[in-house]
Amino acid sequence: MELYKLTAHEAVQMMNNREFSSKELTQSVLARISAVEDKVGAYISVTEDEALAVAQSADEKIARGEKLAGIEGVPIAIKDNMCTKNMLTTCASKMLSNFVPPYDATAVLKVKKGGGVIVGKANMDEFAMGSTTEHSYFKKTANPYDTTRVPGGSSGGSAAAVAADEAILALGSDTGGSIRQPAALCGVVGMKPTYGLVSRYGLVAFASSLDQIGPVAKDVRDCAQLLNTIVGHDDKDSTSLLYPERDYTGALTGDIRGLKLGLPKEYFGEGVDKAVSEAVKRAAAKYEQLGACVEECSLEKTQYALAAYYIISSAEASSNLARYDGIKYGYRAERFDNLIDLYTKTRSEGFGDEVKRRIMIGTYALSSGYYDAYYKKALEVRTLVKRDFDAAFEKYDALLTPVSPTAAWQIGSMEQDPMRMYMADVCTVSLNIAGLPGIALPCGQDADKMPIGMQLIGKAFGEETILRAAYAFEQETDFCKMRPAL
Amino acid sequence: MKITNDEIKHVARLARLYLSDEEEKRMEKDLGAILTFMDKLNNLDTAGVPQTAHAVETSNVLREDVAAPSFDREELLKNAPTVEDGCYSVPKVVE
Amino acid sequence: MNYETVIGLEVHSELATASKAFCSCENKFGGEPNTHCCPVCSGMPGVLPVLNKKVVEFCIKAGLATNCSITRYGKQDRKNYFYPDLPKAYQISQYDLPICHSGYIDIKMDGYTRRVRITRIHIEEDAGKLVHSEFGSSTLVDYNRCGVPLIEIVTEPDIRSSAEAYVFLETLRNILMYIEVSDCKMQEGSLRCDVNLSVRPEGSAEYGTRCEMKNVNSFSAAVRAMDYERVRQIELLSSGEEVSQETRRWDDEKGMSALMRTKEDAQDYRYFPDPDLCAIVIDDEWVESIRSTLPELPEQKKERYMGELSLSEYDAEFICAKKALAALFDDARAAGASAKAAANWIMSDISKILNDSETEPEDSPFGGKELAELISLIDKGTISGSIAKKVLKKMFDNPQKSPAQIVEESGMVQISDEGAIREIVLKVLNDNPKSVEDYKNGKKAAMGFLVGQTMRALRGQGNPQLINKLLSEELDK
Repeated sequence: MELYKLTAHEAVQMMNNREFSSKELTQSVLARISAVEDKVGAYISVTEDEALAVAQSADEKIARGEKLAGIEGVPIAIKDNMCTKNMLTTCASKMLSNFVPPYDATAVLKVKKGGGVIVGKANMDEFAMGSTTEHSYFKKTANPYDTTRVPGGSSGGSAAAVAADEAILALGSDTGGSIRQPAALCGVVGMKPTYGLVSRYGLVAFASSLDQIGPVAKDVRDCAQLLNTIVGHDDKDSTSLLYPERDYTGALTGDIRGLKLGLPKEYFGEGVDKAVSEAVKRAAAKYEQLGACVEECSLEKTQYALAAYYIISSAEASSNLARYDGIKYGYRAERFDNLIDLYTKTRSEGFGDEVKRRIMIGTYALSSGYYDAYYKKALEVRTLVKRDFDAAFEKYDALLTPVSPTAAWQIGSMEQDPMRMYMADVCTVSLNIAGLPGIALPCGQDADKMPIGMQLIGKAFGEETILRAAYAFEQETDFCKMRPAL
Repeated sequence: MKITNDEIKHVARLARLYLSDEEEKRMEKDLGAILTFMDKLNNLDTAGVPQTAHAVETSNVLREDVAAPSFDREELLKNAPTVEDGCYSVPKVVE
Repeated sequence: MNYETVIGLEVHSELATASKAFCSCENKFGGEPNTHCCPVCSGMPGVLPVLNKKVVEFCIKAGLATNCSITRYGKQDRKNYFYPDLPKAYQISQYDLPICHSGYIDIKMDGYTRRVRITRIHIEEDAGKLVHSEFGSSTLVDYNRCGVPLIEIVTEPDIRSSAEAYVFLETLRNILMYIEVSDCKMQEGSLRCDVNLSVRPEGSAEYGTRCEMKNVNSFSAAVRAMDYERVRQIELLSSGEEVSQETRRWDDEKGMSALMRTKEDAQDYRYFPDPDLCAIVIDDEWVESIRSTLPELPEQKKERYMGELSLSEYDAEFICAKKALAALFDDARAAGASAKAAANWIMSDISKILNDSETEPEDSPFGGKELAELISLIDKGTISGSIAKKVLKKMFDNPQKSPAQIVEESGMVQISDEGAIREIVLKVLNDNPKSVEDYKNGKKAAMGFLVGQTMRALRGQGNPQLINKLLSEELDK
């Protein structure tokens, strides 16, 4: 049996039945990495020894007659922007190419406490800025369905690793769609929780008011299970919210009768591939069959969300990334004349083009004379986008939309045109602006057999509703069972 | 909105980035396009609309004033490119 | 032409909390470099700040003590700039919604009172320290001070001379010490100020162009810097030149300031709301609970001393002007000393000793209880007033000993044995027939000489009243 193909819940049950050990499962995944990593490039580092040691302790637990629960003993990839103690954490940047954090991110700590077997750190766009994972200092990750195409981004490594069976689970981070979009492009399940549900402590900040860590998984049940593992208030994160913890797998009933689902028409407009909008509309029809009440609705401020998003995220990033100056950690330029030269050379050499572009936009938007026109305006628009959603959620339990306007595109095809790449985030950024949860799951294929994803948007803390809806769809369709032929 | 070469130079200085002539040109073009896209927001009347700086508004998240042991200095400094006498070190700062 | 000086101050005061503003590292001066640090205050990737509640409370307290309005809704902002002492490359501060605003402090000058309005008081974090090695080509960076909480107190340009500024700073420092939000140790940098100064022709309603002066490390340096700057600006104007808006660095050793930066290269700090920190919402209940912890403030104390205790205004003001002196006074009274005696001791001998030894009152080695004991030794006749002065000196040098112990160990007990004193008196009279003669001829001043001789023979320990009495008896026989 090819153990690496299993889902987490299948694997845990089988390990509890002593059909195989966590060590065998982990070795299977490590072997899979060796076999396909050359083609996929999902990892920046693979931590074989550490992984096997953790697997060992899961096996000892079984040997003592105890049962594994949750994600215990299951191989998991961590996006390389989450600090892992004594384990390289690069953010896919030359700037942090040698950074070994002295502490664990809270989400990582929770994975470790939950017995997750960290097999490696996943590739990403540098500092999570990008939608293609082409902007990594180390390598480009390929889409497992077609290695000439992008996996999406910025959590492209996490999504590709799960899609290619190089990990059973993965953690990603989502600032404007960075979990949901690569999940959709790679045909896996990815979720951005409500802002504040998962602690950001130890997540290297891109845009603090938008960033959120979330699960990437092969199916909805695994997604809920991993969400269970990482949620919870953290007193190290002021924006982490006090929300009672619960078992999200409890929402997976398959019953969605009476669910009120809105289909915001702005998400199906110009620029969205016909194959994509049709696949999502077929999903809507499926929901009606399953007893949901589906209705077209309107979120008219959506068209402004993208511009507001790029202003806010770049402004915050310009400040968050100012600390990379060659003094405390990471890269330092080799030659410099004085302090300012040290700063400037280090930053010019250490950051890639996309990161520099965002820093420039953000610095400009905050600078004297432009603050009101850009940053302040964006914060006002943010209020309007939120109000739009508030109004919609008075009528609907969840909203159904595409994730990405198109299926995965060719590597290199957008490199010269940042605006085009930014436009690809049009369906996802508004959730981050409003702090809402969203889940992406497969709902079809385009003519080239590339996966198409759909997005369910919930109200704040509406994770259970969207998980329930996602699960019901998944049970009735075969899209989640698709696997790339690598 | 157009962005001038002087503005690019000024912003790069604020952000502590050197840009080659070629990079400056590209930045001028890219930022110009992005800012033009952002100017779309001006079509929206936001008079009297409050600002939202946080995705979820909360208040008074405060910790009690209790001191705890600090971090091991070696651990703290282990990533620093240069260390001298238990300190990070930088080229001489002239004020 | 006569010029009027216009001064506004920005005072930074480190708060005396147990832990830092945004992490739980100890807030403590000094220590080995980088030993009061953690990933949060040293700006590691991924870390997040969580605000110390006490920082907000101390700021509110400072606001209440300076007649400020307390905001109902405050937020924290990032002030962005690159400098090696600032590990995140931004300082968490407050931009447009400070915790306190619109207050004032009245300062007492010779013959008039000046009201100095407080524009705002906000919270922010301190930066680290740079150690410039004299040799070698590097600067060393110590983050121990990073994240230490500060309040910044900004005044309106209401101050009209360096003397007023000095009194304002002393008054403010005293208030901050009374309410125990800061130890205000200038030498440790826990109180620092920047000065904004302009001059204008007397009678003019418009302000002149101002310059900001940084690196003013003590109140007296502030006075020197202001006096220098005033002259510099007046000279410029008198010679037909203009004052340009700029930031200058004061060099106290050279006694002059130098240009740091002009208005043109003023920094663009790109303030924006810190997305990692939440709003600070302050309701009446919170404000009132803090108000109820406010101690008696200097002004109130002074009024009470003058009323209840009948101290003169001068004495009351003198004692209240230093929190530690007022505490010494209050403690001595609580231990049974009379207000008048305690005040006299504090006003004269104690102040002199403190001054002579350059000791701040808060560092006085003895307290009010010891002062009361000293006074009671006099009242009981155990020692004389002049011996008491010597005892006080010893109390200062031997803080571990009580006044009674000192008196006993050094044999300073007053001799009140009538027989013993009479014996000495007779001897002195016998040895000084000339003085006795003078006295009997009506030169009463001779009495003083004879008292002195007797006291000397008693090594200063004789009971003066008794000596006087016995001398008179013998002479008048």
